[in-house]
Amino acid sequence: MSNSDTSIGIGARKISPLPSYINKIFHVLFALLLTFIGLMAVTFVIGRVLPTDPAMAIVGNRASEEVYQAMRLQLGLDKPILVQFWLFFTSAIQGDFGQSIMTSRPVVEDIKRFFPATLELATLATLIGVVVGIPFGVLAAVHKGKLIDHFVRVFGLIGYSVPIFWLGMVSLLVFYAWLDLLPGPGRYDFYFEGVVEPVTGVILFDSAMAGEWDMFYNALGHIVLPASMLAFYSLAYISRMTRSFMLDQLNQEYVLTARVKGLPERIVIWSHAFRNVLVQLITVIGLSYANLLEGSVLTETVFAWPGIGLYITNSLFNADMNAVIGGTVVIGVCFVGINMISDILYRLVDPRAR
Amino acid sequence: MALLDTNNAKTGGLRNWLLSDSPTNAFQARAQRFYISWLSFRVNPIAMMGLFIVGSLVVVAILAPWLTGGEGIEQNLTNRLKAPDKEHWFGTDELGRDIYDRIIWGSRVTLYIVFLVSIIVMPIGLLIGTIAGYMGGWVDTILMRITDIFLAFPRLILALAFVSALGPGLENAIIAIAVTTWSPYARLARAEALTVRNSEYILAAEIQGASTLRIVVAHVVPMCLPSIIVRLTLDMAGIILTAAGLGFLGLGAQPPLPEWGVMIATGRDFLLDQWWISTIPGFAILLASMGFNLLGDGLRDVLDPRSGDDG
Amino acid sequence: MKKLLFALALTGTMTIGTVFTALAGTPDDTFVIARNTADIINLDPAEVFEFSGAQVITNIYDRVMTFEPDNLTKLVGGTTESYTFSDDGKTITLKMRSGIVFHSGNPMTADDVAFSLQRVVKLKKTPSFIINQFGWNPDNVDKMVQVVDANTVKLTITADLSPGLVLNALSAGIGSVVDKKLVMSHEKDGDLGYEWLKTHSAGSGPYSLKTWKAGELIILEAHAKDRHGAPAMKRVILRHVAEASAQRLLLEKGDVDVAEDLTADQLKGLAGKSGVAIDTFPQSTLMYLAFNQKHEALSKPKVQEALRYAIDYKGLVGSVLDGSYKIHQAFWPSGMWASYDETPYSKDMAKAKALLAESGHGNGFKITIDTLNKSPFKEVAQSVQASLKELGIEGEIILSDGATLWPKYRARKHQLIIARWGPDYSDPHSNADAFAHNPDNRDEAKLTGKLSWRNAWANEGASNDAEAAAKETNLEKRAAMYQALQKKMQSDSSYAIMFQLVGKIGRRDNVSNYIRGATFDQVYFRTVTK
Repeated sequence: MSNSDTSIGIGARKISPLPSYINKIFHVLFALLLTFIGLMAVTFVIGRVLPTDPAMAIVGNRASEEVYQAMRLQLGLDKPILVQFWLFFTSAIQGDFGQSIMTSRPVVEDIKRFFPATLELATLATLIGVVVGIPFGVLAAVHKGKLIDHFVRVFGLIGYSVPIFWLGMVSLLVFYAWLDLLPGPGRYDFYFEGVVEPVTGVILFDSAMAGEWDMFYNALGHIVLPASMLAFYSLAYISRMTRSFMLDQLNQEYVLTARVKGLPERIVIWSHAFRNVLVQLITVIGLSYANLLEGSVLTETVFAWPGIGLYITNSLFNADMNAVIGGTVVIGVCFVGINMISDILYRLVDPRAR
Repeated sequence: MALLDTNNAKTGGLRNWLLSDSPTNAFQARAQRFYISWLSFRVNPIAMMGLFIVGSLVVVAILAPWLTGGEGIEQNLTNRLKAPDKEHWFGTDELGRDIYDRIIWGSRVTLYIVFLVSIIVMPIGLLIGTIAGYMGGWVDTILMRITDIFLAFPRLILALAFVSALGPGLENAIIAIAVTTWSPYARLARAEALTVRNSEYILAAEIQGASTLRIVVAHVVPMCLPSIIVRLTLDMAGIILTAAGLGFLGLGAQPPLPEWGVMIATGRDFLLDQWWISTIPGFAILLASMGFNLLGDGLRDVLDPRSGDDG
Repeated sequence: MKKLLFALALTGTMTIGTVFTALAGTPDDTFVIARNTADIINLDPAEVFEFSGAQVITNIYDRVMTFEPDNLTKLVGGTTESYTFSDDGKTITLKMRSGIVFHSGNPMTADDVAFSLQRVVKLKKTPSFIINQFGWNPDNVDKMVQVVDANTVKLTITADLSPGLVLNALSAGIGSVVDKKLVMSHEKDGDLGYEWLKTHSAGSGPYSLKTWKAGELIILEAHAKDRHGAPAMKRVILRHVAEASAQRLLLEKGDVDVAEDLTADQLKGLAGKSGVAIDTFPQSTLMYLAFNQKHEALSKPKVQEALRYAIDYKGLVGSVLDGSYKIHQAFWPSGMWASYDETPYSKDMAKAKALLAESGHGNGFKITIDTLNKSPFKEVAQSVQASLKELGIEGEIILSDGATLWPKYRARKHQLIIARWGPDYSDPHSNADAFAHNPDNRDEAKLTGKLSWRNAWANEGASNDAEAAAKETNLEKRAAMYQALQKKMQSDSSYAIMFQLVGKIGRRDNVSNYIRGATFDQVYFRTVTK
């Protein structure tokens, strides 16, 4: 799992290749389980030492002491912490994270509602990152030291350096308020509320399946800005890694041989060199995708995007620890899962790792 | 002793001493390695640009009292929300404080965060990683499982949770950022430790009866340092951005401290009419993290050429 | 290559612009409000006690007593046609208004009224104290609230309370009448339908709850058989928009009809913009600075008085709070019956310094200032901090959200705190009880609902005065008693009451008759027209 590294030196060196596939799968499942338990334990402990008080979040500032104590009892806050964790853990294993304080609904139901919004955003952002980032990277490598190379590099560095929440605010101001090119914050205009019965919860998908194209375009308009903001980082990352991998390949002997043979440059680049790069890129894309899933909190705040990041943050401020733990575990499992999948894909595609 | 050597070498000129083919002691060897790195660093325009930005940041932070007319916290309610002009280069904010002053003093806050996070993260990551890598076995397994859990955690959310638990504030934000950033360093250090653990000089040290701690600290850690430093420099931009994000969410620095992320958050309410309040600190963050990114890029080219030809 | 990219980007942006530009304005039969609704965690009228939730249930339920939009200060019957008090003031007979129909189609009877009041007491949720002060508790409430016939309910109270206070208490959210049949059909494990009613509605008011997606929006649908006639707006939508700046954007663009949480500066920026109007209305919420009496220095009257003279009331009202708060220095808000409007304090540093010196703390001290992490509290805190600095007092601001701040406040662990308070119902007793009354100042007493206890301020005289005023039946005498108490507490209490909220919202100018009153739940959607 060397690919857990988040910004440089991705997948270049393998640390300890394991003997067989079966072993690997068990190993990975075990790691997943441990991570799952660890995530819950850490979040749970944090939840219990928070100065925010879940009982207070429910009964409010004006409650009498009697009402407040009754709520503490009802939430089981009087029990020893280990008992509390055990109770929570056993029901969580069965997929029950309890009730959310803020929404008065089961946490699992909330996650079903909020997670697709984040998934939609992160997926689109990764797509933009891939579609724009890879050609950028390849072009930069091929024209090393030329204008386009510098452009890609500077663009990438800005992507790494800009505070996304700030850029989001400014872009909302420019594209929504001043230029009137794009719709404002939120996932879609409210008059589309209830038009489509949520099937997957991914609005673009649901509305397209139902043939509600007005809603589809509206939702697409709404997602353009937040997805672009989020894509900026992933674009920077993917183009940078692509460039670096391509340079490696272009220095290899087989490229020289192909050129000597008189193959057109286009074929040398795309059919030979790029094909080899593709394998390495899988890990990079997977990693950037996983990062976007967890890193969308600030973007969601700025664009009032009802996603899991915003859900967790708001819950945290209101001591809604069931919701925080539920949301964190979902994101954590996704993170590990995506890394695992890209790791497996890498092994399947790369002849050397097979 | 080192001083003496330097004086002796002066006879042949410092440059000769630094470039001599046969260094006479460890100090000279180290100085040489450093000097040669510097030579290649110096010709790298990107790296020099980064060094320039980071250097200016440091200078501005040090000279803050002389560059400004106050401490950036003096209120003037009759002079609030003024657009940039000759008197207030970057305008004034909602409490009539000079934004130029606040930006300048804010550079101290930013550097303070970066510095503290670095000196917390580096030893923790190094120690856990090198011990795991060097000792192997169950120690490795346990330490790496813990590391994996922290790696799998949604970073910003973990940081948020930690700050909420510790109470909002600059120092707590720094601790929270450190808690969420040490894990990749442990991974990196472990990987480096694995490559050196069977080296002959380590075996030699073991035979001489050196303790595990001594071997790790004296022989393994120094080998892991370059890649950790490169990684840290590249991460500094991320640290700045995370700290600003925490400030933006109200969990970082508390008023009246002029932290740039907090300034953006405050300016948010004024974005439509008084754009300068949040736009200017945004640029300040962009510039500072850009500086660290450029510097890190350059450092990597120089110190750690294995990790890909990115320059 | 660069040119090509630019061309691509440009065409891309232009295409996006033509495809995605939003429809202008909101539909004619829909009223859209942008508001931070994060405080809505539950919509059961027996539990709702926060600002946004109260606005919603006001429009879903009819209350026993109520205020109508044509006269916001006159208490009238809601579900009640008429009421009579017995001579001793201990028995109240309520005659029902006829012909009220619930959203479900069930007709409302006296049984529903009695059930609703008993339910509040038995569920023991936060706002139940409002009617528990009648002497009601879960064990006796079935006797105290009795159905006489299909149109009559008899209430018995055991406490000595002025009739005006009793009727005002019944106009609070806990006076909402719920549809007994519908609610009880969803009862689980004897919870009186609580779990179900948290996320559903069972009322007879102008609107019913159609959708509540927490953190996104609330959709209300008109009730055609509302006793006032069918409302003009078929749908009311409350959009959760956390940020004031986003609310303003949406309003300017016409994507919402009303923005509720705009800051004073944003309202100024909006003034004169075409298509937008600003509504001003009185509000009863107060902002105050409180001194915890457990702190050695803060417990000295001279120090308290020095702090009162250090606050820059005028400077704040003229800048950060411009137009959104006015100066008010007594515990019962101006514009309400029995208010006391004198404002003797203004910033006077010389006086403040002299007072501080007399108190023996002339060299200053260190202190923490707790407040909410939002505007304008954080700005006011910074201004207070700056004033304290002039006095040589070093103040450290601690910003937190309510879920963190309130437990600390209720545990008496703060030093200075800047917070706000709005009355729970339109009778001065609501605030006198909170600010003045503190019969037991011991830590174990845990009278956490009272600000006086939270600040460890126990003044026997003030406590007695508050109790006496609550009992007084003569209106004029009663008003005079409250005014005297307020005057006394301006200079002798653990508070510096500073400001009173002025309600201001941004509204599209094609929307009219959106009526708001002084208390936080006087909000009427049914009168809105476009």
